Amino acid sequence: MADQMENAAPADRMEDAAPILQLDHVSKRFGGLLAVDDVSFNVAKGEVFALIGPNGAGKTTLFNCITGIFSPTEGRLVFEGRDVAGHKPHDVAELGIARTFQNIRLFGYMSALDNVRVGQHVRMRAKLWDALLKTPKERREELRVTERARELLDFVGIGRHGDSYARNLAYGQQRRLEIARALATEPRLLLLDEPAAGFTPQEKVELMQLVEKILGQGITVFLIEHDMKVVMGASRRIAVLDHGEKIAEGTPDEIRNNRKVIEAYLGKSA
Amino acid sequence: MSIALQRTRSIANGRLGSLLLLLALCVVLIVVGQRVLSGGLSFFIQILVFGLANGAIYGLVALGYTMVYGIIELINFAHGDLVTLGAFIGLAFFPIFGLVEGKDLGIIGVAALAAVFLIAMVLTGGINVLIERVAYRPLRNSPRLAPLITAVGMSFVLQGIMYLWKGAFQIHVPDILPGTRLPLGPGASVGVKDLIVIAIAVVLVIGLNLFIDRTRLGKAMRATAQDRDAAQLMGIDINRTIAATFFIGAVLAASAGMIRGLYFNTVNFSDGYQLGLFAFTAAVFGGIGNIQGAALGGLFIGLVKAYGDAYFSSAWTDVYVFAILILVLVFRPSGLLGMRVPEK
Repeated sequence: MADQMENAAPADRMEDAAPILQLDHVSKRFGGLLAVDDVSFNVAKGEVFALIGPNGAGKTTLFNCITGIFSPTEGRLVFEGRDVAGHKPHDVAELGIARTFQNIRLFGYMSALDNVRVGQHVRMRAKLWDALLKTPKERREELRVTERARELLDFVGIGRHGDSYARNLAYGQQRRLEIARALATEPRLLLLDEPAAGFTPQEKVELMQLVEKILGQGITVFLIEHDMKVVMGASRRIAVLDHGEKIAEGTPDEIRNNRKVIEAYLGKSA
Repeated sequence: MSIALQRTRSIANGRLGSLLLLLALCVVLIVVGQRVLSGGLSFFIQILVFGLANGAIYGLVALGYTMVYGIIELINFAHGDLVTLGAFIGLAFFPIFGLVEGKDLGIIGVAALAAVFLIAMVLTGGINVLIERVAYRPLRNSPRLAPLITAVGMSFVLQGIMYLWKGAFQIHVPDILPGTRLPLGPGASVGVKDLIVIAIAVVLVIGLNLFIDRTRLGKAMRATAQDRDAAQLMGIDINRTIAATFFIGAVLAASAGMIRGLYFNTVNFSDGYQLGLFAFTAAVFGGIGNIQGAALGGLFIGLVKAYGDAYFSSAWTDVYVFAILILVLVFRPSGLLGMRVPEK
């Protein structure tokens, strides 16, 4: 991972830095509902970018479009110069985008370690017969994968719980495990869907530290979050979505003082 | 859960229920015991081995039901007919490989038989992948009733094809396994055939378990069964994984069909229907979606059938087996070892 280290550009120059993900007039329509309406913005390489907005604003839909669960009705989603709109989710994962879910979706009946090992699926090369015949190549790969999985569990701070069933872990540990599993796919862009949901203030602080650590590995982080303290503390830039439309984009300070954003959250009378 | 069902369960769980259950168990034990004692120990053991051999076949079929249910929650009613199809395909290759009745197998014969097994398994597997592609995949996101009805229809289609191929006759399968019987004390003996059947089934079940535990594809299957979307985002191609599940299910079904053909020396185009229902019962009994459960359930149903046939009457076998299905569904729907199905 160390070789992936990048010199993170200073926050004020983020918009100029090379984008890792470009959203170009993306729309997603479900029947008569326009869930995402002509949204464009860039996520720069090496930053923490946050997407915020009231409930039902279309944030998760946008994540689903990026990861290939939905195909956008219109627009381009350019990841590292390649349009990934309409790609299959497993192809998107292989290209280097990973994500976690708003409602935790681990493989409950597998150990924490196995969950992370599954995450490495796309990066494994051993063929079926290698596994059945236990060839040296397969043995080496299994060893490497297991060792890497342990590293990742340590990295997110649940190294002691590798052998527990995922469903038996505490809530906060499950969220961490989901991040470890996403990191196992060796992404260059990590999407976190409300990673702090249901966290105590202390856990939120730890989460922000973890996000910094992930950033330190050269992985760009793109998150959806409701908790303003986390958003303002962790992210360099923010885009605001309301009723599927982007109503603002800027640094935390700019967003904090944006009249449209305040209206969207508190209503016009505020 | 309906109120009536809750009431039934609460009666069963109360003291009265335990008493009734105990009473029923005593009656069954006394009746069975009497017959067993009058039949003698050697007969009992012979039936045991026969039941295990039979159960091994049910177990192999039940595995296919359970794997497909575990991964896409479909009760694949066409699965039983794949058993017959496997036997039919294998049978077509018997003369080509020089497998005829009345000749000692020898090493070459064993190799030829293994080759026929392999061909039948791979072809049936391929056909099942094709069936999944045309009949089930387009309906994957439809209400669950739709693929279920398609599966029933597919069962008729397969039976129809086999009927057109070989007609409605009982087709003879060459009796090529050694007919030797090993003596087991006074008056009792065990057929080498039974042991071969049990051995093949055990090897296949262990192989399947290793495959699911150890290989990357096995891990992908477990992940897909537990959460399809999350598995996709981990880079798992779920279409390929589901196709592989159908392939393996059909491979096991075809092997069961071959074993069954060699064991009973007869096969009919419609055999898969009843066999499938028995195997499905076995899968439910063991806990649908649960691999070990299916193998165990198969053995159990095989034993129930064998002892039922031997000590009571074969006319009543269906009644015992389906009574078990109903009792399990009412009192313990998660089966003996617990269900393993996607969480919703």
